[in-house]
Amino acid sequence: MIVISNLYKSFEGKIILNDLNLTVKKGETTVIIGRSGAGKSVLLKTIVGLIRPDSGSIKINGKEVTDLSEKEYDKVRMEIGMVFQGGALFDSMTVAENVAFVLNEFMDLDSRTVNDKVEDALAMVGLKGIEHLNPSHLSGGMKKRVSLARVLCMEPQIILYDEPTSEVDPITADAINHLIVDLRNKLKVTSIVVTHDMSLAFQVADSIAMFYHGQVIAQGPPREIRTTTHPVVKQFIYGKSQGPITDNENLIFGHVK
Amino acid sequence: MIHVIGYSGSLILKLIQYLGEIGLLFARTIYLALIPPFKVNRLLTQAKRVGPGSFFIAALIAFFVGMIIAVQMAYQMVKLSAEIYIPNVVSVSLTRELAPVLTALIVAGRIGAGITAEIGSMAVTEQVDALKAFAVNPVKFLVVPRFLALVVMLPLLTIFADIIGIVGGYVICVYKLLISPELYFNMVAEALTAKDILTGLFKTIFFGAIIALVGCHQGLNVKGGAEGVGQSTTRSVVISFILIIMTNALFTTLFYFIFRM
Repeated sequence: MIVISNLYKSFEGKIILNDLNLTVKKGETTVIIGRSGAGKSVLLKTIVGLIRPDSGSIKINGKEVTDLSEKEYDKVRMEIGMVFQGGALFDSMTVAENVAFVLNEFMDLDSRTVNDKVEDALAMVGLKGIEHLNPSHLSGGMKKRVSLARVLCMEPQIILYDEPTSEVDPITADAINHLIVDLRNKLKVTSIVVTHDMSLAFQVADSIAMFYHGQVIAQGPPREIRTTTHPVVKQFIYGKSQGPITDNENLIFGHVK
Repeated sequence: MIHVIGYSGSLILKLIQYLGEIGLLFARTIYLALIPPFKVNRLLTQAKRVGPGSFFIAALIAFFVGMIIAVQMAYQMVKLSAEIYIPNVVSVSLTRELAPVLTALIVAGRIGAGITAEIGSMAVTEQVDALKAFAVNPVKFLVVPRFLALVVMLPLLTIFADIIGIVGGYVICVYKLLISPELYFNMVAEALTAKDILTGLFKTIFFGAIIALVGCHQGLNVKGGAEGVGQSTTRSVVISFILIIMTNALFTTLFYFIFRM
């Protein structure tokens, strides 16, 4: 379970997260929606400790993490897998080496066991026979799936997905959606998915949270969000250009005084 | 006037801040190099890139520099009928100054720029963030092997550059100035002392450290996309060049005036 309370983060005087509160229940998938630049990815990076908040609290499985040292945070990070927007596969390694990264770094396993685990992880994401390829030979969708396979090798309790279906074709996007649902059902992992793809949001979410002006302005099950009367949420989920969110709206909405 | 003083002051502050950041990265690199896990394969991969990968170009430059020194010396020495001492000048100037500095500059241009471009690309494509997210320290993973590889391989490359530069001087002295091969090597052996070679090699350890630390620091601090990588790569080479030349001037002065070497 992840409980985020009163979280603030600003960069160079520009407020990105503004008194943000969010609860992600154990074993559930929470989808965070919001416009590009709204701070969704910043939130994921703050949860995994890549960015430290200015103030506020993040409790992961009951443990406050915002004041942990880097070394202490590393123990928390071993329980969190993050699927980056572009995959973030290591260019200098093959697909197999990428997937086996955590196994090779932290576990003293023989090569046969590692190979078996890599094969299993790749099979789970629907990829086979690509172990020897370099990331540069993969399509955008394949990179994201390999990135997910790399995370699965960690056997994490929490998976954070940053725009898992951006820049992929609709069929691959649907395959990724199914994958996220399957992983929740089979592995019972707690997941946060950041996206502005509403088809993904409605398909995989147990709960949807809408980001606007650095805060969660609405959170609820997909059914509730779909029928919401909140003008901002309604405009966003139906993709209307007319409404409270305007084209030229400054996403960086405030400055630190 | 006040504007000039203000500008100079801000430049000095930036320089102090930069050197502080490099110093901090150096301290972290040394600390992380000494604690497990030790990944020898990663070090060997980098050492291969620095050593064998740079050998040909370093050797080529050293060979021609040896020839150039011999020709330039001949220009004056022949007038004094002192061409017999050209091997002495070639060997001492190469081993003390030219081979270490030129090899370091070549490696800074080739390897230092490569390090910044590689790590910079990793930073902008979130690969460095991915390392942190997997609880892997980017300094341990990226900086330590490159630092150790450069600190070890640059002195080795310089030894080869010393030898090949002397061979370059040999070509001019023997085939153009008609000094006998035996005499050439006798004069080289007579002129060269261990301290000439060792002071030259000692400096290259620091040059290697500068190339690695500046290259990695620029790469890890890339801002923006491809344009940022390009700018950082250029900065990495320029800063490495300046620091290598400044460090060389410092060591040469120290060796000559303080330690009388």
